[in-house]
Amino acid sequence: MSSKVQVYLFAFILIFIGIGLTIYKNSVLEFPLLPGERRALWTVEAKIEFQAKDEPVIVSFALPHNPPKMTVLDEDFTSSGYGFGWDNNTQQRRAQWATRNATGRQVLYYKLQVYEGTRHQQEIEATPPPEPSPPELESAQKTAINNLVNFVYQRSASPSTFAAELMRLINEPRPMEDISLLLGNKNTSSRKVKVALDTLAQAKIPARIARGLFLEDGRRNQKLTTLIEVFENDHWVIFDPLTAERGIPNHFVLWQRGGKSLLDVEGGENSNVSFSIIESTQPANSRTLVEKANAKAALVDFSIYSLPIEQQNIFKSILLVPIGALIVVLMRIIVGIRTSGTFMPILIAIAFIETSLVTGLAIFLIIVSIGLFIRYYLSHLNLLLVARISAVVIVVIGIMAGMSILSYKLGFSEVMKVTFFPMIILAWTIERMSILWEEEGPKEVFIQGGGSLLVATLAYLSMTNTYIEHLTFNFPELLLALLGGILMLGQYTGYRLTELRRFQPLAEN
Amino acid sequence: MFFTWPSKIRAKGILGMNKRNVSYISRYNPRHLYPYVDNKLKTKIVAEKYNVATTKLLGVVEYQYQVRELGRILEPYQGFAIKPAQGSGGKGILVISGKRNGLFVKTSGEELSLNDVMRHVSNTLSGLHSLGGKPDVSMIESLVNFAPVFDNYSYEGVPDIRMIVFKGYPVMAMLRLSTHASDGKANLHQGAVGVGLDLGTGKALLAVQKGRPIHKHPDTGFGFDSLQVPDWEVILHLASSCYEMTGLGYLGADIVLDKEVGPLLLELNARPGLAIQVANGIGLVPRLKKVEGIQKPHTSVEERVSFSKAHFSM
Repeated sequence: MSSKVQVYLFAFILIFIGIGLTIYKNSVLEFPLLPGERRALWTVEAKIEFQAKDEPVIVSFALPHNPPKMTVLDEDFTSSGYGFGWDNNTQQRRAQWATRNATGRQVLYYKLQVYEGTRHQQEIEATPPPEPSPPELESAQKTAINNLVNFVYQRSASPSTFAAELMRLINEPRPMEDISLLLGNKNTSSRKVKVALDTLAQAKIPARIARGLFLEDGRRNQKLTTLIEVFENDHWVIFDPLTAERGIPNHFVLWQRGGKSLLDVEGGENSNVSFSIIESTQPANSRTLVEKANAKAALVDFSIYSLPIEQQNIFKSILLVPIGALIVVLMRIIVGIRTSGTFMPILIAIAFIETSLVTGLAIFLIIVSIGLFIRYYLSHLNLLLVARISAVVIVVIGIMAGMSILSYKLGFSEVMKVTFFPMIILAWTIERMSILWEEEGPKEVFIQGGGSLLVATLAYLSMTNTYIEHLTFNFPELLLALLGGILMLGQYTGYRLTELRRFQPLAEN
Repeated sequence: MFFTWPSKIRAKGILGMNKRNVSYISRYNPRHLYPYVDNKLKTKIVAEKYNVATTKLLGVVEYQYQVRELGRILEPYQGFAIKPAQGSGGKGILVISGKRNGLFVKTSGEELSLNDVMRHVSNTLSGLHSLGGKPDVSMIESLVNFAPVFDNYSYEGVPDIRMIVFKGYPVMAMLRLSTHASDGKANLHQGAVGVGLDLGTGKALLAVQKGRPIHKHPDTGFGFDSLQVPDWEVILHLASSCYEMTGLGYLGADIVLDKEVGPLLLELNARPGLAIQVANGIGLVPRLKKVEGIQKPHTSVEERVSFSKAHFSM
């Protein structure tokens, strides 16, 4: 069988499988083909890590309980080697994992799927809490807190207005003297929460801490945000201690309300909880994914969805790289654009995703221009290649640091994203372009540099396209079809678009 | 019109880059034979084995410590060319035509100190001029004492003849003349003039610079009508014998004319460019098809050359 026949056979099989699986997922499993038909389904994963001390381990972890404004679709407790149960010792909803013996680093996962909106607005629990005892403070602070309570009391009418005014005052850029004294020199958010709670206790207003998570797609290693709840009449009112805003913020899952700590580990040390969040698509009117997953549709069970959220987030961007590769293949084989380095444009496009296009282009041009200038000087120093490239890498890092600092001082925060550029690739680009300049002249540098940027821009535009992003993440099997297409392009023997220009004089005579 | 239709250039038999790569280079040039052309030092060694005439090797610099001895190595020679053994696209070739006050004079008249030359060689060794930055060796070759026949057509640098040899049959040839614009280099995309040559006689057919037809040399002003390459028969034989020498089916041979020793093989190329079609005003595809269609390929150089002269002459 000739290589041509093999390539076409392979390509055909790959495209057939890819398209076939996509159609199956769309028609049988009801995965939507278009992103417009979806409802945001948030999957939150809590990753509990600790170092076990070679003795029985009990882990108790606070869980969200009917979070307001949210509907919980599914929960999952992954814990190999651990028994799972509910911690009934407290009023809260807490999960409990236990094992007889464990050593070394342990990782437990808790996964929660929620979507925003709820059919019934449940009333927030309303047993009146006991009156709080006043905080223990030094005498100077005691005076300050009394002054503060009196001051705020005059300017409020109820526990909730008291709390709102108090938090507004604490968060003023230049707080009044009593507050500055209480805050001390540590002006952190946890200190502000502490001062707010102390003041409320001093004013005999029942208050407690609530913790929750802001839902943002593709976040990893997130921590919970602390809110303050204040008891008024017969219900709890929630405040954001950093904005003094009342009520639950949007896109926010209330995780823990009152009670003791978020996580207790017996038999372990150095415990830590981090949260990953991913947004996925869900048909607006059905709960396809979860229902099918519970029915163990093999395609879903053995898909990217079965991975921990942290890995899913990584794959979400990895799956876009083949799209960039396709653009490079098209532009080089069909159009005939010359680029500096085959896949350099993809890496630049990935950096553009983080920096946004215009800022990214500007940063790239500035770094490469300054780099070329410095490289011009280095070429007179008679350095060996590896040493020279390393010198250029260091120069690039210097330029990046300089740009970050300068832009931060001038107040453009976008430029600080310069760190997303791959510096080794930048160094090689500078090196290659400077050689090109010496040997072929500036014209060739502009042709290849412009070609690279054009391809990077096109790759960026297609990689950030909502439809393409939706398709690559929800139908990763389309990668097979893409592979088939690229294999066929590898056998393309037709003319390139640039050749239609190049050989144009030949066609005319 | 800015662009032409694909059907129009297909009708002319123009070979495109993709078709060249897929249908000719990857089909007829086995990968393991590439070192014979990509590494000029190896090319020289096999050329000597097959008695193919080439320029004389004056010295090789393999290691950085030898760079310091460069002054001593270059002492006896007035003119020479320093080349990276694995350079690509004519990169890193330094041609010194003479010495003046202890300085080295390039063909363009620019003067270089020994330090500059040492830096150039050091760069070559560390891989600056080779594909992918691989460490390389630097070769010092005798300068071609080029025959005066092209004096009227060349401004700085050595004119050379590029011949495409397919399965041992010369299929197309052009003369590349350096110009002021190309800095003494004979690469067409750098502004050198390409003159299409008749395979039967070695006479000029057409001349182009930067893709446009011209009638006289831009620097010397001489017309191309009367241009005739001497020793044409020898050149065809030299090019054709490169097939046995390397085993590569699709090959570009660069040949120069020396005043004393006649045609010399300068270097070989396993991925010869497509500009030769523009210089000849004709496409490669019909000729390549003709060679592919030969039922019993000729085994001797003489037979192949006479086949080419008979079929590929205008």
